[in-house]
Amino acid sequence: MVLRYLLPLGVFAAVAVALGVSLTMDPRIIPSALKGKTVPEFALAAVQGRHLGLSSDNLRESAVTVVNVFASWCGPCRIEHPLIMKLRDSGITVHGINYKDRPENAAEWLDTFGDPYLRTGADLDGRVSIDWGVYGVPETYVIDGHGLIIEKHVGPLMPDDINEKILPAIARAKR
Amino acid sequence: MIGEIGHYALILALMLALVQGTLPLVGAARGIGPWIAVARPAAVGQFVFITLAFTMLMAGYIVSDFSIENVALNSHTAKPILYKISGVWGNHEGSLVLWVLILAIFGAAVALFGANLPPTLRARVLAVQGLVGVGFLLFTIGTSNPFARLDPAPAQGQGLNPLLQDPGLAFHPPFLYLGYVGFSMAFAFAIAALIEGRVDPAWARWVRPWTLAAWCSLTIGVALGSWWAYYELGWGGWWFWDPVENASFMPWLAGTALLHSATVVEKRDALKSWTILLAILTFSLSLLGTFLVRSGVLTSVHAFATDPERGVFILAFLIVVIGGSLVLYAWRAPSLKGGGLFAPISREGGLILNNLLLTTACATVLLGTLYPLFLDVLSGGEAKVSVGPPYFNGTFVPIMLPLVLAAAIGPLLPWKRADLLGTLGRLQFVFGAVLICGLVAWYIAEDGPVLAFFGLALAAWLFVGSLFEVSERIKLGRVALGESWRRARGQPRATYGMTVAHIGLACTIFGVVASTSWESEKLQVMRPGETMTIAGYTLRFEGMRDLRGPNYDAVRGTFEVTRDGAPIATLFPEVRTFTDPPMQTTEAAIRPTLTADLYAAVGDPDGTGGWATRIYHKPFVHWIWFGAVIMTFGGLISLTDRRLRIGVPTRRRRARPVLKPAAA
Repeated sequence: MVLRYLLPLGVFAAVAVALGVSLTMDPRIIPSALKGKTVPEFALAAVQGRHLGLSSDNLRESAVTVVNVFASWCGPCRIEHPLIMKLRDSGITVHGINYKDRPENAAEWLDTFGDPYLRTGADLDGRVSIDWGVYGVPETYVIDGHGLIIEKHVGPLMPDDINEKILPAIARAKR
Repeated sequence: MIGEIGHYALILALMLALVQGTLPLVGAARGIGPWIAVARPAAVGQFVFITLAFTMLMAGYIVSDFSIENVALNSHTAKPILYKISGVWGNHEGSLVLWVLILAIFGAAVALFGANLPPTLRARVLAVQGLVGVGFLLFTIGTSNPFARLDPAPAQGQGLNPLLQDPGLAFHPPFLYLGYVGFSMAFAFAIAALIEGRVDPAWARWVRPWTLAAWCSLTIGVALGSWWAYYELGWGGWWFWDPVENASFMPWLAGTALLHSATVVEKRDALKSWTILLAILTFSLSLLGTFLVRSGVLTSVHAFATDPERGVFILAFLIVVIGGSLVLYAWRAPSLKGGGLFAPISREGGLILNNLLLTTACATVLLGTLYPLFLDVLSGGEAKVSVGPPYFNGTFVPIMLPLVLAAAIGPLLPWKRADLLGTLGRLQFVFGAVLICGLVAWYIAEDGPVLAFFGLALAAWLFVGSLFEVSERIKLGRVALGESWRRARGQPRATYGMTVAHIGLACTIFGVVASTSWESEKLQVMRPGETMTIAGYTLRFEGMRDLRGPNYDAVRGTFEVTRDGAPIATLFPEVRTFTDPPMQTTEAAIRPTLTADLYAAVGDPDGTGGWATRIYHKPFVHWIWFGAVIMTFGGLISLTDRRLRIGVPTRRRRARPVLKPAAA
């Protein structure tokens, strides 16, 4: 009988617990459907002025690689660019997928700010990026030597992301 | 000095709120007269100090005192004065001060004008108000001090988000808060009644004006927000089911239910514990909205700069306030004895149906709003979904249909027991009128979705039904005209308020149905000299030119509108580029008329002299907001009802001797 009057309290308790747990989570973290799966089959020609194109085979050559999706028109890409350069300087192989860009703009961008990529793929119409499940540029993937996606980061990389997400993922991939 | 005076005043207000929240409760429980009496001066004092703090913050904004961090982060010397003032509540800290100010205004209003309340009830109401105030003041002072200093002070401020630099949005938050906080009155009355263990018709009569006032403000607030989204965001939409929109809509739905159920308590002494629960839930939903907006648990275009510490504090506050009041409810509500008995088919039954439908609608909105969060929590962050308009339109609209159908019938039913078939029989005139309306609409519109005609018929049903109810009430046509006129003048204003509000709802439904079903939209890259045609209008693009605003640069397009060769209007849509902070806003150009809006917005240049241009023709879209204004007007008429004013003469008689010692 009195249980009826406790019902609102019970409902609220459940909501409060969920709200409490949700406070510890970041709604902006988007899980990747591809995490833990192999990279999609693709082959892209290099960005204008570069020679090494990028294909899925290049990601299965028994070395851990980082794939960075970028575009010259994307502001956050410029923000994370110095960090990508540093990543390359620390001896990590970084490939770039140039997302929906004009070839000359992409070339100029890399010439002006520096080219951290070993291989580049010009995804002019964005088809390949759709297969990769790209939400928006920039995005960064860690791939193990067998073409398996170990980690994915959406949005510009910050120093903390490199230290807490990308480098540990690379370490895991090497094991 | 400005900042320190303000900060100090806030702390003093907190101290007074603590006194207001504790002593009167104990006093009322133990019958200690002076402790009961302390509630009123404490409430007035709290109001005075919070007003002082608010004034200081506003002064900081007006003189652009950038040594105050809050001003430096949200203001700029080049901003027009209106937005310097509205900038006070255009940020997290300042909006909290506005929130506590409104809370204190309501508290002081009870203290000053509540002389007709029994002293213990008044003391307890004020104490609950005081405790809510303690929570918000602690939150403000502890985690979100608006008066924090910056040393050295920057030479210039960072400016207010340009989207907020708009007259519609300048007044959107104050009305919204008046509504949210206004429901704290109903809440305080509910808690006080639970403590007293007594809910009677007199109680309902005291609660009603506060709930009505809050409901009117919230109606205006929600409508302003929707209207702003319509003309400012440049998408032509007016409601997006965004979590923060929902956060303001849920208390409105629950508050509307509360208004209706309080009538049953007042007139028939029934539905007591349900009404108490609704009062608690309505305010709880207001608080939940605050949590969702400020804690960052949901992503939304409205989210304030968020901070987990604040989230934890608000959650703790929610648990204390909502959890505490629901415990009290579970403990005391079983002892509330219902009075009047009634058959399922009766006015009471109709109002229960109204309550069931409104709370179900509210629950579906709540579920849709929180579902992404629940799923995120249950799946450990792996499953992310967003719930969008398809869900809300699919669940909310079907619940509204029976509600609107019943809204025309309910007022015709007598209390206690009614004859549904007989009542429906009396409605044959309304059926006929609706049929004619439907045919006329079909003739004019020529074509359209069947559901749209159904929606229009529904709006007509409510509109004609509401008028019919008045004519029944005054026996129009059945007695002499003079007699009808005498009866019309004798009707209580609250019933006219109801009629007007229902007609307002009919107008809103009409606007929603017509604008969504018959709108046309065109997107085209336009070069100077080109034309585009929509709904019989021809828009000729004359070109873009540069323009300088007070704190922005703009490009303004000129579109000459003609119909059958005759000039109708000139539209000037703009794209404004602000530098502090850097941001672009779209200013749509709208030619509103009673029958349709012509809406033009320009987007990005294509780099070769063309501009992406979006035009809409939206029939009757302004009726959505007219309807909301009419609903509010209905609420205001109801507020002036004689029975809500009774007790006023006694207050005047009694107030004088009370005021004298206070003034001395």
